[in-house]
Amino acid sequence: MRDTLIYIAVMAVVTYLIRVLPLTLIRREIHNVTIRSFLYYIPYVTLSVMTFPAILDSTGSQLSGLAGLAAAVVLAWRGAGLFVVAVAACALVFVMELFIC
Amino acid sequence: MADHRKHFLGGMRDGIPIALGYFAVSFTLGIACRNIGLSAFDATLMSFTNLTSAGEFAAIGIMAAGSSYWEMALSQLVINLRYMLMSCSLSQKMAPDTPMFHRLLVGYGVTDEIFGISVNVPGRLDPFYVYGAVSIAAPAWAFGTLFGVVLGNVLPARIVTALSVALYGMFIAIIVPPARRDRLLGLLILASMALSWLFARVPLFSGISGGMKIIILTVLVSGVAAFLFPVDRGLAGAGEEKNGGCAVDGEDGPHA
Repeated sequence: MRDTLIYIAVMAVVTYLIRVLPLTLIRREIHNVTIRSFLYYIPYVTLSVMTFPAILDSTGSQLSGLAGLAAAVVLAWRGAGLFVVAVAACALVFVMELFIC
Repeated sequence: MADHRKHFLGGMRDGIPIALGYFAVSFTLGIACRNIGLSAFDATLMSFTNLTSAGEFAAIGIMAAGSSYWEMALSQLVINLRYMLMSCSLSQKMAPDTPMFHRLLVGYGVTDEIFGISVNVPGRLDPFYVYGAVSIAAPAWAFGTLFGVVLGNVLPARIVTALSVALYGMFIAIIVPPARRDRLLGLLILASMALSWLFARVPLFSGISGGMKIIILTVLVSGVAAFLFPVDRGLAGAGEEKNGGCAVDGEDGPHA
């Protein structure tokens, strides 16, 4: 194994640059409608892609993951906040896995 | 000032579910660090300076294999490239006159989750909102890693897996309410999930890393949507619907 601290420094610098460059370089408001629309859609698409099907694989069984997903969707649809949705999904997964795992 | 304080507290509040999820995930990360012989100090330092799950898990494999520093740099670039898209999106969510040092600080906090809640803020993004979220989430991430290294398998696996759903629950809480108001967004979300499922399950795509899949699908789906359904107003981000002040052409939906 090479020097761990150098590894960590390399990762930290690369990752920070990726995160900070657009924020510091794009300082003006973009007026091009297509680019604006593209940036507008990014959060929804990214979060959707990251959530599904990963949530199914994050738990002990696909079934409990699916239940957590369903609970979160129903609660969010009814207007529950971030914390309530997150905790309720966790609780349901926990209870379900007591029975099926 | 009072306004910044309000945003900071709001960020802390929304950072709590993130912290829960982070703690669970970074705990397993800590266990993986211990398995390759990383010290508690190194593991905690890595988490505190990087704040990225997929990138750190990949890094552990690279360290264990003793690969070159270039490979480390390249892997982080590919895995974490999605943050660049998020950062672009946030650059439009922040006020154009936001000072440079705020941009430099906010950059540290661009994670999937903090990005998720930041775009959900009504109107412009106040940097202090991000600081509030980071002040809760980053320590949870770093200490979760530390506890993972030190305590190993003390925390029951059941609790760890249950907590790891917190992050996804949060994502859903962010994308579902706007989809309820806007059918097009709802369809876009369903299409994204369907494609993501296809990418994850069809063997043809199995050679593509998780981070790359996110980038490809995000660029593809957002790009197609931007061409077909241009949004003729407002800021990038989910919370915008609630903010009448920045909407130029009223309440007839985002896509004119």
